[in-house]
Amino acid sequence: MEHSFSLPNSGHNFDAEASKLGMWLFLFTELLLFGGLFLVYMVYRSLNHEAFIEASHHLNVWAGTTNTIVLLASSLTVAMSITALQQGNKKRSLLLLTITFIAAGVFLVIKYFEWSAKFEHGLFPGMEHYSQLPTGERLYFYLYFFMTGLHGLHVIIGGIFLAVVMVKIKSGKVHKDRISLLENGGLYWHLVDLIWIYLFPLFYLIH
Amino acid sequence: MTTTIAQPSYLEGKKGLFSWIFTLDHKRIALLYLYAIIAFFLVGMTLGLLMRLELLNPGKDLVEPTTYNQIFTLHGVIMIFLFIIPSIPAVFGNFFLPLMLGTDDVAFPKLNLLSWWLYVLGAVFALATLVFGDGPADTGWTFYAPYSVKTGTNVTMAVMAAFILGFSSILTGLNFIVTIHRLRTPGMGFNQMPLFAWGLYATSWIQLLATPVIGITLLMIVAERVFGIGLFDPSIGGDPVLYQHMFWIYSHPAVYIMALPAMGIVSEIIPTFAQRTIFGYKAIAYSSMAIAFIGYFVWGHHMFTSGMSGPAAIIFSVLTFLVAIPTAIKVFNWVATLYKGSIDVKPPLLYALAFIFNFLIGGLTGLVNGALAADIHVHDTYFVVGHFHYVMFGGTGFAFFGALHYWFPKIYGKLYNIRMANISFAIFFIGFQLLYFPMLVVGLMGMPRRYYDYLPQFHVPNVVSTVGSWILATGILMMIANLMVAYWKGKKARKNPWHGITLEWQTSSPPPLHNFDKMPEVNEKGPYHYKNAMDQ
Ligand code: HEM
Ligand SMILES: [Cu+2]
Repeated sequence: MEHSFSLPNSGHNFDAEASKLGMWLFLFTELLLFGGLFLVYMVYRSLNHEAFIEASHHLNVWAGTTNTIVLLASSLTVAMSITALQQGNKKRSLLLLTITFIAAGVFLVIKYFEWSAKFEHGLFPGMEHYSQLPTGERLYFYLYFFMTGLHGLHVIIGGIFLAVVMVKIKSGKVHKDRISLLENGGLYWHLVDLIWIYLFPLFYLIH
Repeated sequence: MTTTIAQPSYLEGKKGLFSWIFTLDHKRIALLYLYAIIAFFLVGMTLGLLMRLELLNPGKDLVEPTTYNQIFTLHGVIMIFLFIIPSIPAVFGNFFLPLMLGTDDVAFPKLNLLSWWLYVLGAVFALATLVFGDGPADTGWTFYAPYSVKTGTNVTMAVMAAFILGFSSILTGLNFIVTIHRLRTPGMGFNQMPLFAWGLYATSWIQLLATPVIGITLLMIVAERVFGIGLFDPSIGGDPVLYQHMFWIYSHPAVYIMALPAMGIVSEIIPTFAQRTIFGYKAIAYSSMAIAFIGYFVWGHHMFTSGMSGPAAIIFSVLTFLVAIPTAIKVFNWVATLYKGSIDVKPPLLYALAFIFNFLIGGLTGLVNGALAADIHVHDTYFVVGHFHYVMFGGTGFAFFGALHYWFPKIYGKLYNIRMANISFAIFFIGFQLLYFPMLVVGLMGMPRRYYDYLPQFHVPNVVSTVGSWILATGILMMIANLMVAYWKGKKARKNPWHGITLEWQTSSPPPLHNFDKMPEVNEKGPYHYKNAMDQ
């Protein structure tokens, strides 16, 4: 029999460890991306302490709290969906992922209403009311829109990621013995959640 | 009975454009980068020559002042983001990391292709600034706020280019880290890895952990320009100095993204041409990690004149001096390796020695910049321009071309004309010194950087420098021509023309599609144990 030689440690082999390591490294970069923003927030907050407190009263704590609960719950469901698939329960896993996916949608809808309310009050950078605010409060709203906006974008990307995983579970490409894509989707979703856990108190709670 | 059939070389195999631009083979991707990077280098060089021509005489000769500003900005952006940062990792890292580790590809071949396409996209953005709106950015490659927010030139696009290129760089780094962790051939521990792999490993961590910071900073600049107001705008309480911090938190470590792979190259070339075990393997390997680590905390040395508290300035200065220690360790180890070796002076070794020479000057002038009192005098003068060209071009640039000469026979299976390579090296090297040494002098005399004009007393050194730029360009063009001739007409190279003993020399030249036709043999005593090196 003739065959061409192939190496045992080939880059074209599937390697669950490698893909998990790759995902973790990617999460580091995401953390640092937001890390830069947290740094800016920290500096401006310490320079404009009073104004930041004043501006934070404009936010709707209830909407923020609801969203926090929604995201936390969705982190739980995605974790449960991984366990379900590990046990070979495809249906249950898909159901839990669907719930996660819906939670992502709910989060975005609530965020949408929050943002619209700010728009109506003219608090978006460049609008009239915004331009009359004291400088510190303007920085606050700039950061608010920038950071929650970027986070929202991550929610959307995370949602798409999970949707792709769902399709692959359905078609059988992701299954019990080849689960790393789902695990990576879960990791990413936890990251989205984690960042919100920091954004929420920074903007809504601390006085 | 099973027999293994020989695979075609990676250059034969599939043909046609698509088999290249959508290839998953790390070697072909490396060559795509090679051609693109050399092309951009030549564009950047042309811009550099233009600036030097303008500076031949005081007064306005050739270009408008604003045009001059746009030229040095584009020159900087191209040289930094499109040439030097990707140069060694994306070309030689991609090609040789898998070979040196004894595997057939990087860990994520598709991601590798994506990095390449992001590089292309970033390049398109950078070049698009030429044709849209008011032309290329005129801010300098540093995009300092608030000017970068106010100017009418195409800053947004240039900044987006840097952002996208950063993404490409992150993904390459991620790929290399996973490759090193997961794909080393059985029997190769971390301490049996070639030092080039170590250099890439340290570099990749920096790419991964520093690049996102500039990513977000550049996004803030974009947002600021799009909405017309923003985070670094003093009129709403924003702080331009904060921008500088954010910028240098990335851009200083980026200096090590440029330097560490180059040091890795030198650590490959020197033992091969001294036919001697490298002196202090672990010291070199771990000092790369030390440099990567300390390098993270020294960014403030770019801002001694921007308004910084005394204690902060002193801390940044001390940390900057600390980086010199692991760097010097490497230099001593290289020199010690040469000591009593059987030295074979071939073009790659010449480039490596030039690296050491230039890097020494670059490093020592760096200490002048890092010293608080001295920096007040030299900040934003031509001294700085001389310094960073010595480090980036004299260091990493020479290492890049050295690597090209070292691995050319492996990549193409052809030998180049050694005599021509030596001659063009000599011209390149002499031109380089003439071009940049006068900048150090004229900088100390007080000539500021980033002006199209200067006072008459600076005339002589500027003439020398401009003449040097012509000599340098001649050397570079001769070198490239020599390699191109070799590509078409060169003699066939043997498997191992320099008697190297890292794994890439165990496979044929050019390597087969999947890199090895039989299991590569790891040298258990370490990658540079020359005792059992056999002539092949
Ligand atoms: C090939 C020949 C080259 C020539 C003739 C050249 C010449 C110059 C000159 C004259 C300036 C100063 C402009 C000014 O301050 O008025 C400059 C700036 C610069 N060069 Fe080069 N250079 C060359 C190659 C390189 C290389 C290889 C790199 C990087 C690896 C590089 C990176 C830079 C950077 C980053 C700047 C600063 C741009 C800024 O101020 O924003 N150059 N170059
Ligand atoms: Cu620096």
